[in-house]
Amino acid sequence: MSAATLVEQLKRGLDAPICLTWELTYACNLQCVHCLSSSGRRDPAELTTADAKRVLDDLRDLQVFYINIGGGEPMVRRDFFEIVDHAIGNGVGVKFSTNGTYIDAGNARRLAAMDYLDIQISLDGIDAATNDPVRGAGSYAVARRAMDHLAAADFGPFKISVVVTRHNVDQLDQFKELADSYGAQLRITRLRPSGRGADTWHQLHPTNAQQRQIYEWLLAKGDTVLTGDSFFHLNALGEPLPGLNMCGAGRVVCLIDPVGDVYACPFVIHDQFKAGSVRDDGGFGRVWKHSELFVELRRPQSAGACASCGSYDACQGGCMAAKFFTGLPLDGPDPECVNGHADTALGSVRVDLTPRPSLDHSRPKVFAQT
Amino acid sequence: MAVPDKYARTMETEEIVETEVDEAVEEELLIEEISIDGMCGVY
Amino acid sequence: MSLLDTPLELDPQVALRPEPFGALAYHYGTRRLVFMKHTDVVEVARQLDRHPSLSATLQACGIAEARWPSFAKAFASLNESEIVRERRDAG
Repeated sequence: MSAATLVEQLKRGLDAPICLTWELTYACNLQCVHCLSSSGRRDPAELTTADAKRVLDDLRDLQVFYINIGGGEPMVRRDFFEIVDHAIGNGVGVKFSTNGTYIDAGNARRLAAMDYLDIQISLDGIDAATNDPVRGAGSYAVARRAMDHLAAADFGPFKISVVVTRHNVDQLDQFKELADSYGAQLRITRLRPSGRGADTWHQLHPTNAQQRQIYEWLLAKGDTVLTGDSFFHLNALGEPLPGLNMCGAGRVVCLIDPVGDVYACPFVIHDQFKAGSVRDDGGFGRVWKHSELFVELRRPQSAGACASCGSYDACQGGCMAAKFFTGLPLDGPDPECVNGHADTALGSVRVDLTPRPSLDHSRPKVFAQT
Repeated sequence: MAVPDKYARTMETEEIVETEVDEAVEEELLIEEISIDGMCGVY
Repeated sequence: MSLLDTPLELDPQVALRPEPFGALAYHYGTRRLVFMKHTDVVEVARQLDRHPSLSATLQACGIAEARWPSFAKAFASLNESEIVRERRDAG
């Protein structure tokens, strides 16, 4: 059986997710300009500690291997450690994403002592001059401090996660050096026009030339840099990057948001990609197995307008979130199609008709840029 | 012999696997490691 | 000693999760994920610790001898991925 059959099997969906992203809270102490969940203020309908534990019990019963906790800033929740302990104690591994604000020396030691727990620190520039305009004044220093505390506590390898933008694409080598200096793994991911990213995507996303730069750099790095298969749309440029070229949304992964709604993935927090709620009868399990949206996503997808393009096998038409939030049809080229097939369509998109994120928990704008 | 389309394969997996076992015993690939970095959405 | 003659067991840090095609095996220590493509492989993996060797397990599970080379290869791969390991006890 070839790798193609493996992918076909996975695209049909699994009996349970391999892992899923769980945004614990919409509250956040930062206001990153590209925040995919438009976080800032806590939602009053946020799942309670008891709700969260019930969800974890469901995930345990489904044998979900691990969860990727995010937000907002998950450590803002007072029950963060209680929830994490409950997950690990029930055989559900925990990986979590954080801006590092709450990783002080004490918490670093506490995290280091835990069984299956992986940490990813977000950073979008190798210095404050590059990072802070995106993530907020002081956020670079905070992230570095968190990394230092993890190193001092002998946490072991953590991940540094970078969203690649027009302004940090020339820093990839330096990000790798930074990760190496901590014995950490570097992960780079694609900027998507999701959440607050919808407002800044046109200014921040890499240019065509920079996309080629990212592609060439990743080819050279092989498996030493993680991408989460985030750049498979670039495979049309030549030899494919490592990975299965596979959108896992609704098939092997999904998102649970802070109020318990289930979406196909973290980049499509919008009613059109909402599968149901953990509060529905049958809980998460029923949504995963039987929701109309997920059943539809697990059907073979048509190449649509991309059928006549020789690159479709390599790029699979790109990312549905990128298409959706730039106002492009889902059965056509990705807005960053390396063959330029979306350029005309993008030029004639009605901005006022482009989908907006369904939820916005942003705090009122404060002019804090340097 | 026509190659079964995807829908047919879904329903006939049992029979197809049996045929593969009889015809290509040395070729049976029973295990495949999947990189968890290799599917978008998996962290 | 060939792997067929070796007593094996599932690594205690591995979760085996059934799927329609077979199973997914996830190692909580290494974070590695393996796709088991046939329910027969899953059954053999589950029964390893009850038998004194891989070949005894294959026999007990009714796997035709013609398929043993494929299974030996599969379990060598699982051993390399640390999904299964040699069993130290007398078993």
